[in-house]
Amino acid sequence: MTTEAATLRVRPRYPLPMAFIQPFMAMMERDLRVLRRDLVPFLVRTAMQPFLFVFVFTYVQPKIGAGAPGFQDVLVPGLIASTVIFQGIQAVAIPLVMEFSQTREIEDRVMAPLPVWGIAAQKMTFAFLQSLLVVLVVFPLVYIVPVNTPHLDISPLVLVTIIPLGALLSASMGLLIGTAVNPRQITLVFALIVMPLTFLGAVYYPWSQLEAIRWLQVITLLNPLVYLSEGLRGALTPQYGHMNYVAVYAGLIVCCVGCTWGGVHMFAKRVLS
Amino acid sequence: MTTPQIEEQSPPRDSIPKQRLTIETSRLTKVFPGGTRAVDALDLEIEDGEFFGLLGPNGAGKTTTIGMLTTRVVPTSGEMWIAGINVRARQQEVKRIIGVVTQFNTLDRRLTAWENLYHHGRYFGLNRSESRREATRVLELVRLEERGNSLVDALSGGMQQRLLIGRALVHRPEVLFLDEPTTGIDPQGRLALWDILLQLHREGQTILLTTHYMEEAERLCQRVAIMDHGKILAMGSPDELKGSVGAETIMTLQAEPITPAFIAALKGISGVHSVEEGPRGLQVFAGDSRRLIPQIAETALTQDVELSDIFREHANP
Repeated sequence: MTTEAATLRVRPRYPLPMAFIQPFMAMMERDLRVLRRDLVPFLVRTAMQPFLFVFVFTYVQPKIGAGAPGFQDVLVPGLIASTVIFQGIQAVAIPLVMEFSQTREIEDRVMAPLPVWGIAAQKMTFAFLQSLLVVLVVFPLVYIVPVNTPHLDISPLVLVTIIPLGALLSASMGLLIGTAVNPRQITLVFALIVMPLTFLGAVYYPWSQLEAIRWLQVITLLNPLVYLSEGLRGALTPQYGHMNYVAVYAGLIVCCVGCTWGGVHMFAKRVLS
Repeated sequence: MTTPQIEEQSPPRDSIPKQRLTIETSRLTKVFPGGTRAVDALDLEIEDGEFFGLLGPNGAGKTTTIGMLTTRVVPTSGEMWIAGINVRARQQEVKRIIGVVTQFNTLDRRLTAWENLYHHGRYFGLNRSESRREATRVLELVRLEERGNSLVDALSGGMQQRLLIGRALVHRPEVLFLDEPTTGIDPQGRLALWDILLQLHREGQTILLTTHYMEEAERLCQRVAIMDHGKILAMGSPDELKGSVGAETIMTLQAEPITPAFIAALKGISGVHSVEEGPRGLQVFAGDSRRLIPQIAETALTQDVELSDIFREHANP
């Protein structure tokens, strides 16, 4: 066998952590370059939907004598939560669907010296950071735009734990949807996933008030967004009532683990044969 | 040429003992779920610095072979080594020393030509200044120095193909894998690409190329293996495979099923005098054996006949 002679030529071996970290960081560098270049479209895309929503329902409506009092308070956690999740689908899932099918870019990324799960982890890490950025963009909007400034009662400890969990949920859902869906199904993603998720995600009402419609309250427990909305509601506007924290954290962690496992698994299945 | 620094900066290939194997496979087999035996007990030995071609029709197993050698396809059985490294056991190390050009355009559409090369270098462990230098060097090598700032979609098909090949070279791989690199490129673009590949070969780059054009294999490769149904039917230099012009040649085929239509189609190949069923298989008598093997393979494919072996004997040794 040629092993002995060949080792002469093998390049210096990176010690294991560097062999992983180096290409991982190089991919982050590439994503950062693309994000910097597309920063304005990124911000516009992220901000438009929540901006219009708060503008119409908490600025226009009160001014014309319509709308529910206190709605601006309900919307703060709800819109942050839904924008973060929507971000995962728009910035991770949809590009991933394209990279798998039309542009085939993923086939090149897989040739980089990183295990397949490492490439999936890098995609998730960048999506996680992008989701944190989204929080920074949306929060001032939903706070400043309403005629009546929202009344917030912030629990810092809950806030700083729920937001990273929400960003992770967004990233892992993005990975799962991006690897599970083919391009022809993209329009269905909006109809069958994005719409029900946001409208039934305790975004526009506190989940606890669904007691009046018990069956809906139970069914929406399957919606990961509910846990994020309710967690943020507890962190920002607890005066409206929120889901028990144990359920919030348990729900978020289960969804994160499940989506990450499913996403990485599907990712490997799509790139290896 | 535009790349004088290559000689100075390349890994010191001269200090490496020549005639060493860069690629070796041992009974490499891939059976896809559903039972398709895409590659069947393949034994391949490709030497350092060699330009090797896998020639065969679509579905012959060429792409699957490259897929296994480049870690993308998990073999069903068998082993393979690249520069002595076991591909199945040490995938990440193998990825560092190979350059891969797949059949698809996998360029990063959100980056410019130069950035595609620069970031590729970064993925493969070059530091920023090294990667900048290599990106510029490769851009010249693939004759795109004027288009470094163009986004990928602004480049022509031939330019994108050259960029793809360039990208695979940024980290100076031991082996360059090219899967049908000239399919779908106009004749002028193909010539430009051939020039680049021949230049790389002269500089000592080991290259494994797949193609279904005999002409391409002839122009580029030192050795060619003709592959079909996951097996190598014949292997040798393009000249050996072609046979010397005018020499009387007998090809013996083992094929299944041997139908009258297949025999008639074989007789229709230019240069074939007669076809007879002999004790060791079907014998094809030809005056000019140039391109005979690929044409026989193609005839078998179109007639839906499975070829298990072709061997050549000279009638007048």
